[in-house]
Amino acid sequence: MTEQATTDQRSAGQAQPGAGTRTVTFHVSRSKRGEDPHRQSFEVPVEARTTVLDAMISIRRHQDPTLTLRHSCFHASCGTCAMRINGREGLACVTNVEELGGDTVTVDPIANAGAVISDLVSDMSAMFGHYAPMERPLVRPSELGPGSRPAEGVAELERFEDCIECGICVSVCPISATDARYLGPAALAAAWRVVVDPRTADAERAMALADVDHGIWRCHTAFECTEACPSNVDPAGAIMNLRRAATRRRLRGLLGGSRSER
Amino acid sequence: MNDAAAGTECIEENQILRRTAPGSFEENDGLFVALTDEDREYGRRLVEACTESRIPARELSPQEALRLEPGLNPELLWALQVPDATFDAMRLPLRWFATAKRNGAAIRPFTEVMDVISADHCVTGVVVRDHTTGHESRIGADIVVNATGPWSESIATMAGVDVPIQPSPGVLLALRGRLCNMVVNRCHPSGDGDILVPQRALTIVGTSSWLVDHPDDLGVPEDHVAAMYREGAKLVPAVNGAEQRAAWSAARPLIGSRGASSGRELSRTFQCFDHATSEGVEGFVTISGGKATTARAMAEKTADVVCGKLGVDRPCRTRDTVLLPHTAYYVN
Repeated sequence: MTEQATTDQRSAGQAQPGAGTRTVTFHVSRSKRGEDPHRQSFEVPVEARTTVLDAMISIRRHQDPTLTLRHSCFHASCGTCAMRINGREGLACVTNVEELGGDTVTVDPIANAGAVISDLVSDMSAMFGHYAPMERPLVRPSELGPGSRPAEGVAELERFEDCIECGICVSVCPISATDARYLGPAALAAAWRVVVDPRTADAERAMALADVDHGIWRCHTAFECTEACPSNVDPAGAIMNLRRAATRRRLRGLLGGSRSER
Repeated sequence: MNDAAAGTECIEENQILRRTAPGSFEENDGLFVALTDEDREYGRRLVEACTESRIPARELSPQEALRLEPGLNPELLWALQVPDATFDAMRLPLRWFATAKRNGAAIRPFTEVMDVISADHCVTGVVVRDHTTGHESRIGADIVVNATGPWSESIATMAGVDVPIQPSPGVLLALRGRLCNMVVNRCHPSGDGDILVPQRALTIVGTSSWLVDHPDDLGVPEDHVAAMYREGAKLVPAVNGAEQRAAWSAARPLIGSRGASSGRELSRTFQCFDHATSEGVEGFVTISGGKATTARAMAEKTADVVCGKLGVDRPCRTRDTVLLPHTAYYVN
């Protein structure tokens, strides 16, 4: 990658630089449709609260409006700002620059989710192409303990699914890096959620989608996905659970029982 | 409570959204919690306001409230249960976008409006730059709708018109841990740190309010963060000591005069401006104010204004059309 450099005098997230700021150089991956990527350097004043997302927005606002990135919620809930920061996948909105240490930070788009459209933006259609057919519900019942009952007046305590569809698990996965047909940890974790809690989705169908050569059997149990997940989803654990369920399902099939029994 | 119009909008939209976006809501209701005699008095007026806005509400004793939410401050005096719900602020809009695409809309992300094309008091399109290619182009239009939230004024200026938008930022905290399952509000006039919203394994505490001229470069004032902890812990004591996952600021696009002293005095309702009526500029409509809960109603109102100008007489379909799943935005 070649490098270019520009400088800004404003602290990221602030109208003017103030006390407690220092300058950090961000080496940011740049590429527009079809171009080979190169890194461009930007000097950004940062302070104690500055996140990598703050810094990227500051660059776009004050140095280069053509820098493209995805972001929305600013609190690790939407999953859109996943990037590779100093070579490791993370959500830019909750990656504090000071906690990274050092005077330079590299920022690259996540890998394996789809082709890079522009700068830090990947086309997520490849990942969602594997993921969408699982039809994982957005909201699930909370994990009430055995025998617990929802409080009076509340029909059923519910919570959003933990997976925020950021693509980090796919980006770190060594199999997704080499096999575009591999369903990947996000889709397989979604399949497991449907299998254990089908509600509106079809558990048998999700199981059948996952129980293929390029599904649960392609995983090499590197567990990178579980290690990197910012929402503690444990995709690797889900894949292992699916393998056990698939094995039972196959055995039942051989013995003449119903495959739909879990 | 000074916002009966906004309250009515919210409850109507609440019902429409549950119907059109099934599976997107945590329907766990909300609580307004009184901690002082002043809160309790406010609660009496809140019950009347709920009745006026046709919002079903149930008064709860402290014991009943604590059974629903064991994490509440045990010193509470009274609570009111209302039919609140939470939704994923990314994936509900994606369902709208996916459904719009399926019905013929072209969505152009990463594309910036560089200018508004107008001549003889008539807007005829926009100049845009696609930042994924660097290509600049013109898009002709019978009517341009300015739906840019707190940036409405910037776009309106390009068209040579004015909108009375007052960007009003607030600080929010995301704390690790699901400290409540219902939306917990302090039963008093809107103030700092008086709402807790559960979201996945986080609890969101909001919010402060101040006014700015421009909605960018807001910063996160430390005294506002401290206020979120201090006031939030009055509702749910476990807020104190909860690990901070994130702290951020975002600007609301409130409608009101720029002479307002704080965002609290401005309504959360929305308004659609036909600039042909107000300023004699044809072909340009601004929608602003409101909030995520009323986004669909804002679109309906805007579509009605646009249809009126174009002579189209069709009923609104977004009240009843069940939305595609959010994943359909990425996968055709």
